[in-house]
Amino acid sequence: MPQHQTSGSSFDHDAPAPEPGPPGAKAESTDAVDSLLDEIDGSLQTNAEQFVRSFVQKGGQ
Amino acid sequence: MRVVGIETEYGIVDPARDQANPILLSSRLVNACRLWADGRSAPWDYGGEDPLQDQRGHRRERATAGADMLTDAHEWNPQHGLISLRRRRGSWEDPAHLNAVLGNGSRFYVDHAHPEYSGPEVATAREAVVWDRAGDAIALAAAARYAQEEDSTVALYKNNVDGKGASYGTHENFLVRRDVDFDRLARLITSHLVTRPVVTGAGRVGIGQRGEQAGFQISQRADYIETEIGLETTLRRPIVNTRDEPHADRRRWRRLHVIVGDANCFDVPVYLKVGATSLVLSAIEADDERLDALVLAEPVAAVRTVSRDLALAATLPLASGESATALEIQRALLEISRDYIADADDAQVIARWEGVLDALGRDMFDAARDVEWVAKLQLLGRIRDKHTERGDDGLAAPMPWSDPRLAALDLQWGRLGDGWASRLTDAGAVTRVSDDAEVERAMRQPPSSTRAAVRGAFVGTYPQLVDAAGWASVVLDRETAHGKLEVLHLDDPLATTHPLLDELSQG
Repeated sequence: MPQHQTSGSSFDHDAPAPEPGPPGAKAESTDAVDSLLDEIDGSLQTNAEQFVRSFVQKGGQ
Repeated sequence: MRVVGIETEYGIVDPARDQANPILLSSRLVNACRLWADGRSAPWDYGGEDPLQDQRGHRRERATAGADMLTDAHEWNPQHGLISLRRRRGSWEDPAHLNAVLGNGSRFYVDHAHPEYSGPEVATAREAVVWDRAGDAIALAAAARYAQEEDSTVALYKNNVDGKGASYGTHENFLVRRDVDFDRLARLITSHLVTRPVVTGAGRVGIGQRGEQAGFQISQRADYIETEIGLETTLRRPIVNTRDEPHADRRRWRRLHVIVGDANCFDVPVYLKVGATSLVLSAIEADDERLDALVLAEPVAAVRTVSRDLALAATLPLASGESATALEIQRALLEISRDYIADADDAQVIARWEGVLDALGRDMFDAARDVEWVAKLQLLGRIRDKHTERGDDGLAAPMPWSDPRLAALDLQWGRLGDGWASRLTDAGAVTRVSDDAEVERAMRQPPSSTRAAVRGAFVGTYPQLVDAAGWASVVLDRETAHGKLEVLHLDDPLATTHPLLDELSQG
């Protein structure tokens, strides 16, 4: 996943420099995650604000 | 390990009706759960609860009350153990407190304005994960049944905040030896409870109880923790809760009721919050003096510091005058806990705990398959990067944290069934400790390692005989000469059989 580090390191502190991770398990799921990312992004374009406003819960324990 | 149980309050929404009454939705959902169970469920036995008992000794007179001091008439039967007789009462159930004790030993019910799944008692961290996931699956099955029964639907959320100020809990319960001094237990476990979110946090968009400040933090629950120790669970929530209701022989046991944890959609954090915490409790029970060096100087402030420290670099002042990061404290607790490995399950907990701490210390994104807040932050980061825009100053900046799309992603993360955490899991990007087939079995079957096996078997196999059930009781309603209800006492959480159950199953 090429862009992991960008935002993670930019907002607060300097995160430690990433070491190159081993290929394998991570790479296998990359395609599925990439297409999920596109789906999430598409879904968030409509009604995100309305969704957030209408999510109201009563306090619990 | 030790006997443990997890309770989850789910967020509940009717997607078509913002204003729907959540108590009514929850009640209808529990009713749908009973229909899903197809008769294999029982009402809750309110006979044995004592939620006002305080660990610090108030109402001490009950501390010596054993089963032989129960106020009901009782008789000792050498074949069946202690059985109390109880008069029949009306069978009216308050719809606002509807309950379903299920064949897997759990309780699914309305708590405040939320549906809650209280998982059965388990005895290993892996069982905790399996029966926690089974709870999600039961809640989803109930929601599917609800959609058939009603002309509307409900969506359920496994999270702890709505971003408007409300918080609802995910509680862990640990059986702890009674002879451990409670004040010392509270002081020592606090360092673990405050620092473990680096491993167990679910991540949250928004800072402050109402998300007043834009940003991301590690824990859902941190901003709602306001005091070190106390009895409350709905206001001024404490790091260590003092409710003293062991649901077991109180001369031998306490139940440590942990209310600071996040709801987790990933397996590894559930596995570690139960497994690692249990090992730290073993060190406390053994009075391990190395723990004293880890006592925090300002625990409540540290809860917030840890939750906002995305670089995992902030130092926390210790009572000794020194200071340490949350990761360093977790590592020290891991090293101490090594000496309390009692079985192969504990050894696996240690190995996984160490692996996660190593990854977090190397590059936190190496832990994205295991640690929920890291995976959430990574996903949010990729969405933010995708929408990088050049500002008036000509500099490129990612989508700001105040963008409602990020808050929406955060809320949708924990939606049961189709939430982004589930979708990420389906995409193979999340480490599993459980497998789907055993989770499906665990929707109907209790763990075999605790008394939940007895409760589950009575409810799942002989529901027609069960009047009600609780953690430490099963109330039978059957043909007898005395004509009363019979209360079977299950005071030993590790008793996995009951003579009467054996007798019934032999026909």
